Amino acid sequence: MQDYQTQQATVLEILDAHRTMPGSLLPILHGIQDTLGYIPPAAVADIASSLNLSQAEVHGVISFYHYFRDTPPGKHTVRICRAESCQSMNSTALENHAKQVLGIDYHETTADQAFSLEPVYCLGNCACSPSITIDDQVFGRVTPDKFDSLLAKFKGA
Amino acid sequence: MTRLFISRDSTALSLGAEQVANAFAQHTADRGQSVQIVRNGSRGLFWLEPLVEVETPNGRIAYGPVQEEDVASLLEAGLLEGKSHPLYLGNIEELPYFKNQNRLTFARVGITDPVSLEDYLVNDGYKGLKNALALQPAEIVKHVTDSGLRGRGGAAFPTGIKWNTVLNATGDQKYIVCNADEGDSGTFSDRMIMEGDPFVLIEGMTIAGIAVGATQGYIYLRVEYPHAKIALNQAIEAAYKNGYLGENIQGSGKTFHLEVRSGAGAYVCGEETSLLESLEGKRGLVRFKPPLPAIVGLFGKPTIVNNVISLASVPIILDKGGEYYKNYGMGRSRGTLPLQLAGNIKHPGLFEAAFGMTLRELLYDYGGGSASGRPIRAVQVGGPLGAYMPESQFDTPLDYEAFAAIGAVLGHGGLVVHDDTTNLADMARYAMEFCVEESCGKCTPCRIGSTRGVEVIDRIVANVDKAKNTELLRDLCDTMLCGSLCAMGGMTPYPVLSALNHFPEDFGLHPAKA
Ligand SMILES: Cc1cc2nc3c(=O)[nH]c(=O)nc-3n(C[C@H](O)[C@H](O)[C@H](O)COP(=O)(O)O)c2cc1C
Ligand code: SF4
Ligand code: FES
Repeated sequence: MQDYQTQQATVLEILDAHRTMPGSLLPILHGIQDTLGYIPPAAVADIASSLNLSQAEVHGVISFYHYFRDTPPGKHTVRICRAESCQSMNSTALENHAKQVLGIDYHETTADQAFSLEPVYCLGNCACSPSITIDDQVFGRVTPDKFDSLLAKFKGA
Repeated sequence: MTRLFISRDSTALSLGAEQVANAFAQHTADRGQSVQIVRNGSRGLFWLEPLVEVETPNGRIAYGPVQEEDVASLLEAGLLEGKSHPLYLGNIEELPYFKNQNRLTFARVGITDPVSLEDYLVNDGYKGLKNALALQPAEIVKHVTDSGLRGRGGAAFPTGIKWNTVLNATGDQKYIVCNADEGDSGTFSDRMIMEGDPFVLIEGMTIAGIAVGATQGYIYLRVEYPHAKIALNQAIEAAYKNGYLGENIQGSGKTFHLEVRSGAGAYVCGEETSLLESLEGKRGLVRFKPPLPAIVGLFGKPTIVNNVISLASVPIILDKGGEYYKNYGMGRSRGTLPLQLAGNIKHPGLFEAAFGMTLRELLYDYGGGSASGRPIRAVQVGGPLGAYMPESQFDTPLDYEAFAAIGAVLGHGGLVVHDDTTNLADMARYAMEFCVEESCGKCTPCRIGSTRGVEVIDRIVANVDKAKNTELLRDLCDTMLCGSLCAMGGMTPYPVLSALNHFPEDFGLHPAKA
């Protein structure tokens, strides 16, 4: 894990850029996670003092939203859709396959730090279920075989 | 220069549209052919995506589904002249799936370049705003009221009434908030509008702002839609540059500012008051009503919260008049609904139709039955809080009241099809599990009841005190239905009870005893 000192400059810069924005907490958290990959727990104090909130309030917001994370992700984040349409096209088998080949469960990262696995509830790609995303790319009609070849492709990248 | 159309819609991209577009650029350059590749939205016939259309003197000729490796042979066969090939589809607008739709809200989607303001203007864009700018605020609201438009986000509340409340509310600042949190499984019409015709949403929100005196708008967009965010921001920038957003819109003296805000993966933030909390930078806890958001909304100010499709339907209403829109539909369900066919269906896609066609027509005449070729057993309509409908209910017309009459919901118009391999007790369990995962935690029936619901279903399926636990499940559903503050806890019983009532055998129950 990185030392917060090296990250703090980024956090302060993001806080500064949002100073006048109404309802700025979510945009700030997005900004931090987009840049650092996660929201370092040590950043909570800086965020709280900048927005005049208690640290508990900031922490409460971070933990409420599934998307925010407080640990660094792997190099690539794989999200598998668990919602109904994907289930109707056997996403359960895909989930099991993914967990098995990655050797991890949801909310975990592979030992080599290559992949993090997260569940997601609908990607709006239900016309081509089952769907997954890897980073910002969506893939539809994902069979276990297709999953393997995608992993291989991203592993190199 | 020949123009090719290849979609930038997420679903098309998920099937390889980007690679196909790149291959066309490469191969045509190699052959010294000059083409312009337009990245349009999707026509919504997803089993044909990636779809490639070429503009010819005889109209736009389509080919699909096209993969990267088909590109060489397509060009060889004369795609640029619209010639024959095994993937040749002809004019897509002649296919019954497209031809028999009533595309009002989706009129331009799949046809234009979504982020080209010029394309938008040439195709009747901003006519509604032009009319609105010549009207008094109350007259704009009256058009919306006359159209019979009801909120497309689920609750089907009359849009005109909501607007009128905000119009009459007093406040130094008012807001227009677009609910683009579309988290329901099987729904993607909001996404398709935002990716395929973002200007129509921007125009609808601008009209709303002018109608009620709101100068600031926010689009609360779910984080799972990165492509929609790009398209919206590109279109917003173009609108600002050309005087369609900002101060003094088109010389009218009116002001409207617009910004996209990202959600963070919480389903409950689609509930309107939770959404407002989230926009204010808080946990998405549902607020008690009253006060209504129309009176005390975002930052405590009068606020319109409307769904994407509701707002995107406004430009055509202001362009052609409320009566024109109202002439589509049946009963108290007026206008059109973009229906979304998803799950185990042969021809998945978006089908915009006037209210009134039956579920069966949609599933079989257009959807083509299941993708697996097995019998369709159940269809969940209206997202994760919607009921599972058995075959005996497929003749129900798509109309808010007809659905309500049988304990179902039309909601956002999403249909998730399941074949006979789906176990409905599993789906009922999942519905409870989803509620555990997504409950905002404010009320006990929803927060605790859903956890208990999972356990009770497990016991029923495991054959532990079956009769007693079935009764307990019904009791629990009743408590959730009556004791929850919002529809998250209040409607989770819909999928659960419908599964139990229509598919008792999946719970190991005798039909008569269920
Ligand atoms: C748990 C829950 C989730 C909801 N999700 C959405 C959503 O994603 N999009 C939406 O427009 N409405 C959603 N709604 C309905 C909104 O609360 C609200 O009725 C709607 O945004 C109003 O806009 P409309 O009148 O234009 O439909 C949801 C409601 C609940 C209870
Ligand atoms: S029903 Fe559930 S989601 Fe809705 S307010 Fe209560 S706890 Fe929150
Ligand atoms: S349910 Fe999986 S993409 Fe919608």
